[in-house]
Amino acid sequence: MLGKLTWDAIPFDQPIPLISGAVVILAALGVLVWVIAKGWLPYLWKEWITSVDHKHIGIMYVLLGLLMLVRGFIDAIMMRAQQALAFHAQGYLPPEHYDQVFSAHGTIMVLFAAMPLVIGIMNFVVPLQLGVRDVAFPTLNSVSFWLTATGALLVNMSLIVGEFARTGWLPYPPLSELRYSPGVGVDYYLWAVQISGVGTLLTGINFVTTILKMRAPGMTYFRMPMFCWTALASCLLILAAFPVLTATLAMLTLDRYLGFHFFTNEAGGNAMMFMNLIWAWGHPEVYILVLPAFGIYSEVISTFSGKPLFGYRSMVAATLFICIVSFCVWLHHFFTMGAGGDVNAVFGIATSIIAVGTGVKMYNWLFTMYGGRIRFTTPMLWSLGFMTTFITGGMTGVLLAVPPADFLLHNSMFLVAHFHHVIVGGVVFAVLAGITYWWPKAFGYRLEEFWGKAAFWFALAGFYVTFVPLYVVGILGMTRRLQHYDVAEWRPWLMISAAGILVLIAGAICQMVQLSVSFLRRNELRDTTGDPWDGRSLEWATASPPPVFNFAVLPQVQDAEAFWDVKRRAREMHGSGSEPHYEALEMPRNSPTGFVCAFFATIIGFALVWHIWWLMIVGLVGAYATFVVFAWRDVPEYVIPAEEVARLDRANRIARQEAPYGASAI
Amino acid sequence: MKSVGPMVRQAALQALLCLAAVMLAPSLACADSILEPVGPVGRGDAIILLDAVVIMLAIVVPTIMVTLAFAWWFRASNTRAVYRPNFTYSGRIELIVWSIPTLTIFLLGGVIWIGSHRLDPFEPLPSTAKPLEIDAVTFDWKWLFIYPEQRIASVNRLVVPVGRPLHFRITSASVFNVFFVPSFGCMIYAMNGMVSQLNLQADKPGKYLGLSAHFSGDGFSDMRFDPIAVPAAQFADWAAGVKGAPLDRAAVGVLLKQSRAVAPYTYRGVDPALFDAIASQKLPPGEGPQSGRGAPGTQNAMSRGRAP
Ligand code: HEM
Ligand SMILES: [Cu+2]
Repeated sequence: MLGKLTWDAIPFDQPIPLISGAVVILAALGVLVWVIAKGWLPYLWKEWITSVDHKHIGIMYVLLGLLMLVRGFIDAIMMRAQQALAFHAQGYLPPEHYDQVFSAHGTIMVLFAAMPLVIGIMNFVVPLQLGVRDVAFPTLNSVSFWLTATGALLVNMSLIVGEFARTGWLPYPPLSELRYSPGVGVDYYLWAVQISGVGTLLTGINFVTTILKMRAPGMTYFRMPMFCWTALASCLLILAAFPVLTATLAMLTLDRYLGFHFFTNEAGGNAMMFMNLIWAWGHPEVYILVLPAFGIYSEVISTFSGKPLFGYRSMVAATLFICIVSFCVWLHHFFTMGAGGDVNAVFGIATSIIAVGTGVKMYNWLFTMYGGRIRFTTPMLWSLGFMTTFITGGMTGVLLAVPPADFLLHNSMFLVAHFHHVIVGGVVFAVLAGITYWWPKAFGYRLEEFWGKAAFWFALAGFYVTFVPLYVVGILGMTRRLQHYDVAEWRPWLMISAAGILVLIAGAICQMVQLSVSFLRRNELRDTTGDPWDGRSLEWATASPPPVFNFAVLPQVQDAEAFWDVKRRAREMHGSGSEPHYEALEMPRNSPTGFVCAFFATIIGFALVWHIWWLMIVGLVGAYATFVVFAWRDVPEYVIPAEEVARLDRANRIARQEAPYGASAI
Repeated sequence: MKSVGPMVRQAALQALLCLAAVMLAPSLACADSILEPVGPVGRGDAIILLDAVVIMLAIVVPTIMVTLAFAWWFRASNTRAVYRPNFTYSGRIELIVWSIPTLTIFLLGGVIWIGSHRLDPFEPLPSTAKPLEIDAVTFDWKWLFIYPEQRIASVNRLVVPVGRPLHFRITSASVFNVFFVPSFGCMIYAMNGMVSQLNLQADKPGKYLGLSAHFSGDGFSDMRFDPIAVPAAQFADWAAGVKGAPLDRAAVGVLLKQSRAVAPYTYRGVDPALFDAIASQKLPPGEGPQSGRGAPGTQNAMSRGRAP
C-alpha cells in the first residue's frame, strides 16, 4: 500500500535531523496559523500564490532562494564544525549523516538557492528593463516557480522522511546505482532535480521568447541593458544544457527503477559516460549562474559611477563568447581520468580561453569607473568586493585548468576553495547587490545602509578567513568530503576556517538585521519618485512598486540608456506637464494552475521515491486534469479601464515632480 | 571624505592577505605538501603549477591594484578627479583590453600544451632502470597493492623502493576512487572495468600520506593508505619477507565485502591473473551495503558492521 514507506523511514534514532525537522515543521505551521488568524490567506492566495505577475513571481523566487540559502548555510556550519572536531575522532556527525549533509548542501546551494535567486531577479527586472508589461507566458512562469518550489520541498522532506543522497551533489555512478546506494536518498535527489529542472527549462523558454520578441518600441538589441543580454545568454544556456541534465538523470533513473545498465558496473554499463554527460550540463550551469551576476554588476557599477557601461558592445561580445565556449570545456572536471596529452591539452586551453571573456569584462568595469563619480552605496561595495575577489577566484580556476596542476589539486580542498571563491564572490555577492539595488523598486523603500555595509564587510572578511585556509589545506594534500582525518598539519587551517564561518554568521545576522530595520523604518526610507539611485534604464521610469501593468504607456526607446536619455533630454516620454493619452489595458488573469500543478508534482515525486504506484497515478491524473482545465479557460485576460490606469499613473507623475536627479522634468 | 574609508579598509584587507600568503609559504613546505614533492613527477607538476601562478599573477595583481586605485580616485567626493560621463568607448583601450588576457592565455596555452604531454600519467618516466610493476585495486573501503613480479600483495600499505620508477596499473573493484599520494605527484582515477596507468617515482625515503581523492561512500574517510619509500635493498628484504595467506579468489571475496579502517596486512602468493580478472569484470564487483534507509530489508542505517 505505501510502497517502501514504513516507520523506519523516520530517523527516530538520530536526534539532529529529527529535532531540526520538527523545528522547521513547527515554524511552518506557526506561520500558517498566524497567517490564517490574521485573515491574510485570501490576500496571499490572490496576490501571490496564484499571481502570474512577473514581479510577484520574482519576489517569491528570491524569497525561496533566501530560505534555501539559510538552509544550505546551516549545512555549511555543520560541516565546518565537523571538520574542526573530527581530528583523530569521529566528530559529532557519523559518515552516514555527514555524507547527506554535504550532498544536500551542494544540491541546495546550486539548484535551490543560487538558481532561484538569479532567476528571481531576472523575473523581476527583465520585463521592466525591456519596457514591457509581462513575460511572454505569464502562467507558465508561475508553473516554473512552483515546480522549483516542489523540488526544494522534496529535498527538505528527505531530512525527516527517509534520507537524502549520500553521493555528493552530482550523483556519480556506480556509487549512485542501486547496488551501492540502495536507500531512497538518490531517488529524492533525482525527482527533486528533475521536477525543478522542468521549471527551469520553462523559465529558459519564457525568457528567451520575452527578450527576443517583446521589447518596448525602439528597443533594438543593442539598446538592451546589459542585464538583459546576460539574462538572454543565461537562458540560452538553460535551453541547451538542461535537457542534457534531464536525459542524464533519466538514464540513471532507468538504471535504478527498471534495471537498465547505462552506468552500472555490470552488463556493459559505463559510468564514465555519466561524468561526461553531467558535466556537459554542469559546466554551462555555473555560467548560467554567473552570467546574470555579471549583468547585475554591470548595472550597479554603471549607475553608481554615474556613467554608461564602458565598451558595451565588447561586453555583449564577451558574454556571447562565454556562452558558447562554456559548452566546450566540460572535460576539465576529470583530467585525472587519463584521457591523454592531446585531449587534456585541448580542453585545458579551451577552458582558459573562457577567462579571456571574463578578463575583458573585468577591464570594462574598470573603465566604467574611470572618469566616473563613484557613490559607495551597499550595492557598489558588493560590486567592488566582487571585482577584487573574483579575479583571484578566476585565477585559481585557470590554474585548475592546467592539467599538470590539476593532477595535484583535483577534488582537493583547493578545488572546494576555488568554486566557493567564484560562486560566493561572484554569484552570492551579485544577488545581494541586486537585492539591495532593486529593493526600492520592488517595495518602495530603500534598504538601510549601515547594516547593509556591515553585512558586506563581515561577508568579505568571513569569506577570506573561511576559504583561504581551504586553499592551504588543499596544497597540504587534503581531499574534499572527509568526515574525519588524522593529519596534524591540516588541523590549524580547518580551525581557522571554522572561525571564518563565525564571521560569515555575523554577516548573515547583519543582513537579516538590515532587512528588519529597513522594514521598521520604511517610512523614513520611502522613495516616492521611483528613481532612488539616479538610474539609467527603464525600470526606474515607473513607480515603485510598479503598477501591475508596469508602464501606463509603453516607453519609446531612442537610446541605449533609455531612461537616462529621457531624463537628459527631459522631454518626450510622458512629456513634461502634458499628460499622455491613457488607454484601457488587458492583463493576464491570475491562475492557480502553477500551484495546483506543483501540488500534484509533489505527490508524484514523493510517490515515485517511495514506490507508491497508485499515488503516482493519482498525481499524474491530477496534473493532467489541471492542464486540461487551464487549456479550457475562456477568459484569459481582464481589462483595466483607462481611468484606472490614469489614476494609478498620475500619483507617480506628481511624485516625480519633486524628484532629485532631474527626473522631475518627466 | 566619508566614502574613502571603505576603500582604504579594503586595501588594508588585501595587503593583510598578501602578508598572510608570504608568511604561509614556509609552512607549506612541510609535511605532505604538493609543493614539496619527493619525486620527478610531483616536481614536474608543481613547477608547472607555480609557472602558471606566476604568469597569471603578473596581470592579476596589477588589475586588483588598478581597480582599487580607480575606485578610490574617482570617488564622488574627490573634486580633483575629472568627471567624464561620456567616456564610454575607446578603440585603443578595447584593443588593449582584449589583448592582455589573450596574450596571457596564449602563454599559458603553451604551458598547458607542453605540460599535458610531458607529464601525461601514462607516459613512462625517462629512466634507464626497469620500472617496478604495481597493480592497485580499490575496494569498499581499502586499497590493495599487488606486486605481480614478487607475487605478494599488501592492503592499505604501499612499500616502494627509492629512486626506481614505479609503473602502476589501477582499477576499482567497486565504485570510483582516485589514487593520490600528494608527495609523489599526479593522481589518477580507479574505475571498475577500466585500467588506468600511472608512472611515479619517490626519491627520498620516508612515510607519506596516501588517500583517495574521489568520494566513494560512507567509508571514504578511511580510504587511507601508507606509502612508504625505502632504499632498494630494504625493499628487496621486505618483499622477500612478506608473510600472509595467498591472495586467491576466495580472499578477494572477503575484500569485496564493505569494511572500514582496515589495518595494513599482506598476502604471499598471488594469483597473477587476478588483477585482470577484476579489471575485465570476470570477478563480480563489490557487494555494496546490505541495508539503507528505505531499502528493502531495512535495518538501522548506522548499525552496519566495521569488519574485519
Ligand atoms: C575563469 C573561469 C573559471 C575557470 C577557468 C574554472 C575552472 C574550473 C576547473 C578546471 C574545475 C575542475 C577542477 C577539478 O575538478 O579538478 C572547476 C570546478 C568548479 N568550478 Fe570553476 N572555473 C571558472 C569559473 C567558475 C565559476 C564562475 C563558477 C561558478 C559560478 C565555477 C564553479 C565551479 C564548480 C562548482 C566546480 C566544482 C564542481 C565539483 O567538482 O563539484 N567555476 N572550475
Ligand atoms: Cu567547469
